[in-house]
Amino acid sequence: MDRKVVIPGDLLSEEAKRSGEGTYVKNGSVYSLLYGLANFRDKINVIPLAGKYIPGPGDNVIGVVKDVTFSNWIVDINSPYDGLLHISEIPIKIESEEMPKYLRIGSSIMTRVADVDPTMKVELTLNDKKLGHIRAGQVVEISHTRVPRLIGKGGSMISMLKKEVNCNIFVGQNGRIWIHGSAEDMDLALRTITLIEKEAHTNGLTDRIVDFLKKEKGARS
Amino acid sequence: MDETDISFFKDGLRLDGRRADQLRPVKIEVGVLARADGSCYIEMGGNKVIAAVYGPREVHPRHLQEATRAIVRYRYNMASFSVEDRKRPGPDRRSQELSKVSREALEPVILTSFFPRSVIDVFIEVLQADAGTRTAGINAAAVALADAGIPMKSMISSCAAGKVADTIVLDPMKEEDNFGQADLPIAMTPSGDITLLQMDGDLTRDEFQRAVEMAMKGARNIYELQRAALVKKYSQMVEQPVRGDVHVCD
Repeated sequence: MDRKVVIPGDLLSEEAKRSGEGTYVKNGSVYSLLYGLANFRDKINVIPLAGKYIPGPGDNVIGVVKDVTFSNWIVDINSPYDGLLHISEIPIKIESEEMPKYLRIGSSIMTRVADVDPTMKVELTLNDKKLGHIRAGQVVEISHTRVPRLIGKGGSMISMLKKEVNCNIFVGQNGRIWIHGSAEDMDLALRTITLIEKEAHTNGLTDRIVDFLKKEKGARS
Repeated sequence: MDETDISFFKDGLRLDGRRADQLRPVKIEVGVLARADGSCYIEMGGNKVIAAVYGPREVHPRHLQEATRAIVRYRYNMASFSVEDRKRPGPDRRSQELSKVSREALEPVILTSFFPRSVIDVFIEVLQADAGTRTAGINAAAVALADAGIPMKSMISSCAAGKVADTIVLDPMKEEDNFGQADLPIAMTPSGDITLLQMDGDLTRDEFQRAVEMAMKGARNIYELQRAALVKKYSQMVEQPVRGDVHVCD
């Protein structure tokens, strides 16, 4: 795979149809919109090195309730835009007065972006078995630009990690990651995630993480 | 203000030993502030300027917010110790004008439509001034915006040309700016689209043409330095980790 550091305005290709994420087309040529790494495949995508999380429909995210209104919980999702969780988007039917009993200010939730409208009103939902209130475990925050690397191609990295460290892991697209397991396992998971974030831009990362985990577990037993 | 008092050239070189079409030494560092989303420190000759970018983030006060695009706020500020006589702190007529023209120099390349109802804040602090702080500020701001991961159609580079002793010179320093005949700062994209052009003093049509061309050449040189600084930051980042915050739920 061909990768290169680019800055905004760099010419990437003269074929307009290869324009992918983080690029734009002018006069039939493809240019970069971002400072980041360009991946030259069929399409050219530019992965940014920094930036805020912008919610998109279908994203799994971890949020913290920051306010409760008449029929919505307002949720901080680590983004310029707040999430709105409507009373009807939770698995049980409750009355408006009962809302703070179900989720209070400060409650952490694993949730999903149901819809985003053009004015960036972000609607969240808890209507899925794997979503819900976080009652145990730890939440670690990494840059959302490193999340694709943590998940790996087709989920290879994250499924390997779940198995090796014996933890439940929920990855939020907004860069917040929930880990649940024994104290020792959580510590290892945490250190592994930090390592992945740190070395996100290097090649052969999955192999190196497997080695790291082997060594760490060898030291433990 | 009598220019006969000062001789600007000695053996064909300027007071600081530069040729007429030569830039002052430039140093650019990216990501110097941990709390900002993007930042840049730049030295252009005696100018020392720091830029911080925050956002896109929520707009406060609320009434400034735009439903379909992000707004850009740019604050140019001079430190009280940045000039020889202490500068009275706070915004004044001059810094408000510079903030406005600098914002308008950068806004055309920022994709504000990607972030409705939000704001991109750019803060420029001039720590030491030596003529050409607006150009240094714009150069630093463009790098800091890229560092913050904000989508832009291209970079913006800025440079000034001036006229002293009837000669067109690139990147005037303090003495040339104070006692010279004209100052012409520009900002532009690498492809040559000019987004800022000001003129202080008088130039003939021909001199103006030559000054713009010289300033554009200078801006292109600065663009290469901006690019080099960003590429260098990436290679350093591979080695240095960014530590995430951890909080424990009970």
